[in-house]
Amino acid sequence: MSNAGYVAGAVIVMAGVTYLIRAVPLVFFRKKITNRWFRSFLHYVPYAVLSAMTFPSIFTAAGHLASGIVAAVCAIVLAYFKKSLLVVAAGAAGAALVCELIIGAF
Amino acid sequence: MTDKKTDFKNGFKNGVPIMLGYLAVSFAFGMRVCALGVPWWLAGLISFTNLTSAGQFAGTNLMIAGAAFIEIAVATLIINSRYFLMSLSLSQKLDSRCGLFKRLSISYGVTDEIFAVAIGKGGSLSSSYMFGLILGPCIGWTSGALLGGLFSSLLPQIVVGAMGIALYAMFIAIIIPPAKDDRAVLFAVAAAAAISFCFAFIPVFKIFDGGWGIIIITVIVAAAAAFLFPAEEAENE
Repeated sequence: MSNAGYVAGAVIVMAGVTYLIRAVPLVFFRKKITNRWFRSFLHYVPYAVLSAMTFPSIFTAAGHLASGIVAAVCAIVLAYFKKSLLVVAAGAAGAALVCELIIGAF
Repeated sequence: MTDKKTDFKNGFKNGVPIMLGYLAVSFAFGMRVCALGVPWWLAGLISFTNLTSAGQFAGTNLMIAGAAFIEIAVATLIINSRYFLMSLSLSQKLDSRCGLFKRLSISYGVTDEIFAVAIGKGGSLSSSYMFGLILGPCIGWTSGALLGGLFSSLLPQIVVGAMGIALYAMFIAIIIPPAKDDRAVLFAVAAAAAISFCFAFIPVFKIFDGGWGIIIITVIVAAAAAFLFPAEEAENE
């Protein structure tokens, strides 16, 4: 993020590409995509992306590796039992904070 | 005229639950990217102009890393490609009075949740309804990032770091429950995580660290999942 021009360019690229993906079919296409493989591909994209962005980044996000591991385990367990988004988030962040405070105390 | 007003109101009402959910996730986004050095107003601007979660987070990470624009563009394209399909089916549900300018405006607000509500509504969709539906989530998503960013600039560093975990935890909350019930999703989640670990820690794969890594993982994993587990006739899309 060295300079304002680069940041502005990056934001424009992100927003522009995203907008075009949404606008082109809404404006120009009126036909459905029937290709089963392609539809399935698009269906699985979010799961692959979210998983790849979360792991291994979550382990180092809080500061110390130990806090990241505790937070990740906490989040996975809460999510496995289908707790709500906020409960999973607060539980993991709280666990990370407690770990960081404990590590900081030593 | 009153017809349009009623449609707009109904749309807005249906968008309120999405607005609240977006506020929380975007707040976590704001805290996370501010912990990485992005100013609060930029977090808000990115949220307002992108209105996506995974896509803008990946893009912001790449921007922080100083990636080339082409890398940011391709990553954004792949990650957000599913909106293409959503816009496509939405296109057929918009009523015939919906002209070019309205279509261009509605395009801004096609997200997973807005799409789901719009498709679930039944009947054709008026532009007034869509504008009402999009407004709340847009406010929630933008203000959440601004507030998250501002909030984290007031907190001590140790708390900001821990709070940054919240966004990843939310991602986990999104992917784990369906992975538990659907082995195809479990495959996608596990395979993506495994390859991501390899790219991060195995020296040979270091070249894939960053934007191209996420692109490669997404394409390979989603393609393999689609090949192994072609979706049953997809719901309403």
